[in-house]
Amino acid sequence: MSPVTQAVRPTVAAPAGTARLTSGRAPGFGSHLADFGPIPSLVAEGLLEELRASGLEGRGGAAFPAWRKIEAARARGRSRGRRAVVVGNAAEGEPLSSKDLTLLRMAPHLVIDGLLGVATTLDAGSIHLYGPESALPAVARALAERPDARAIDLRPSAETFVSGEASAVVSALAGRRPVPQDRTVRLTEAGLNGRPTLVHNVETLAQIALIARFGAAWFRSVGTATDPGTRLVTVSGDVASPGVLEIAGGTRIGDLLGFAGADTAALSAVLVGGYHGAWVPAAGFSANLAREQLAPFGAAVGAGILMALDARRCPLTLASSIAGYLAGETAGQCGPCVNGLPAMAEVLHRLARGDRNAGLPAEVRRLAELVTGRGSCHHPDGTARFVLSTLTVFAEDVAAHLGGRCAKDHS
Amino acid sequence: MTARPAANARLLLHIDWTACDGRGLCTEILPELLGRDEWGYPIAPGHGSDVPVPDRLAPAAEEAVALCPRLALSLRRRD
Repeated sequence: MSPVTQAVRPTVAAPAGTARLTSGRAPGFGSHLADFGPIPSLVAEGLLEELRASGLEGRGGAAFPAWRKIEAARARGRSRGRRAVVVGNAAEGEPLSSKDLTLLRMAPHLVIDGLLGVATTLDAGSIHLYGPESALPAVARALAERPDARAIDLRPSAETFVSGEASAVVSALAGRRPVPQDRTVRLTEAGLNGRPTLVHNVETLAQIALIARFGAAWFRSVGTATDPGTRLVTVSGDVASPGVLEIAGGTRIGDLLGFAGADTAALSAVLVGGYHGAWVPAAGFSANLAREQLAPFGAAVGAGILMALDARRCPLTLASSIAGYLAGETAGQCGPCVNGLPAMAEVLHRLARGDRNAGLPAEVRRLAELVTGRGSCHHPDGTARFVLSTLTVFAEDVAAHLGGRCAKDHS
Repeated sequence: MTARPAANARLLLHIDWTACDGRGLCTEILPELLGRDEWGYPIAPGHGSDVPVPDRLAPAAEEAVALCPRLALSLRRRD
C-alpha cells in the first residue's frame, strides 16, 4: 500500500521496528526535530485520508476509528459554522495504566504535533491538553520550547477513575465537576459550550503525528491487518519488570508477558483492559492482543492494560478488593451505580472472605446484570464485566471457596 | 409485571440517570414499560438508558416526560 497523498514527504528516515513513539533519544524539541523531522504541512483532506488508510483506532480505550471522530467534528463545525474544540486527553484514572504519563514525559512533542495537526484540520477555535498534575511540568516545558504551541491550554485533570471519560473531560474544561454527563448527542456534535468537540487520547495524537510524517503504509508495516501499527501497553502485577512497553499490534499475550519478565507458567491469568476489563486465563495466553482473539474472553485491548496474576494468589480476594475500589469510584450521580456497585462488591467480598452461602455467585450475577447499561457512563457496565469475568474464569476458585477449601494466598 | 417493549418501536424513552432519583412516577404512568429496581429506580428488562416505546404507549410516555419531577425523561425518535 502506498501513501494516498503526495503530501507526505518525510525529511528523516521513519523509525524501523516496533519502537516508534518511544524511539526518540530525548524529550526536548531539538532532539524531537532531529529524530522525527518537522511536522509536514498537510491539507485537511490529506491528513484525514492518510488516517483513514492507516486504520488507526483510538488508544484511550474505546478503539473508535481516529479519522471518523475528526471527520464528524469537522462536518458538524462546517454545517453549523461553529469552530471546533480539540482536546488531548491524558487523564488516566485507571490505576493500572501509566502509558499516557510515560508518553508525555518521553515524547511530549509528538503529542503536541498531533494536537496541532488535528486542530489545523478542524480549524479549531480552542485547543486543550488535559492531564494529571504529575505530567504537566514535562508538557509545560515542551510547550515553552516551541513557538507554534502558544494556543494550547494546559489543564490539570482530576485523579478519579472516571475523570478521563470524554464527557467528564468536557465538564472539567467547562469548570464543572469532572464527572460524566448524560448525553443524547455526541460530543463531536455538541460538546464544550455547545461546540463540536473532539477528545482524542494523547497516544492517538502521537500516532497521528507519526502518520502525518511517514504515511499510512509505513504505519501498517508493523502489526496486523486488524490492529495495525504499534501501541503502548502497561504491564503490571506478578511480573519481574512491570512498566510501559511499545509493542506491535496483535502481539501474542504470552510473548508480551514475557517482555515484562513474567514466568507465564506461574500465572493463572492476566487481566486485559484494566479494572473494566476481563480475565484471559493461562490457557488463552497464545491469543493475540487483538479484538477478534480477545472477544471469546469478553475482553478488549482497551487502553492496553495488562495485569498478571500468580497462580498462588486467590483471584477472588484480589477481585473483591478491585470491585470495592470501583464501587468507591462511582461519580455518585446515577442511582443504579451508586447503589448497585457497593451491593455487588459486598456480595463478592463475602464470597472472597469465606462465606459459604451457595447463593452468593448467583446474587453477584444478578446485581451485575441489574446495573449494566443503567448509567450515564460505562462505569457500571465495566465493573459488572470485570466481576462476571472473575466468576467465569475462576469458577474453580469460586467452588473452592463455597467448599471451604481454597488454599491460595488471601493477603 | 412489565411487558417486553416493542422491538420495532419508533420512539425511545431516554432516562437521564444523573437526574433521576427514583421517585417512581414514571413507573406508575407506564407500568407496562417500567418496573422498579430494589432501590426504586425505573427498569425495563433488557434495556438500559433508552427504552423503546410502543406506539400505543406514546401518550403515556409523553405524560411521564411532562410529569417527572426531576425532568429526567425525554422522548426521541429512533434514528
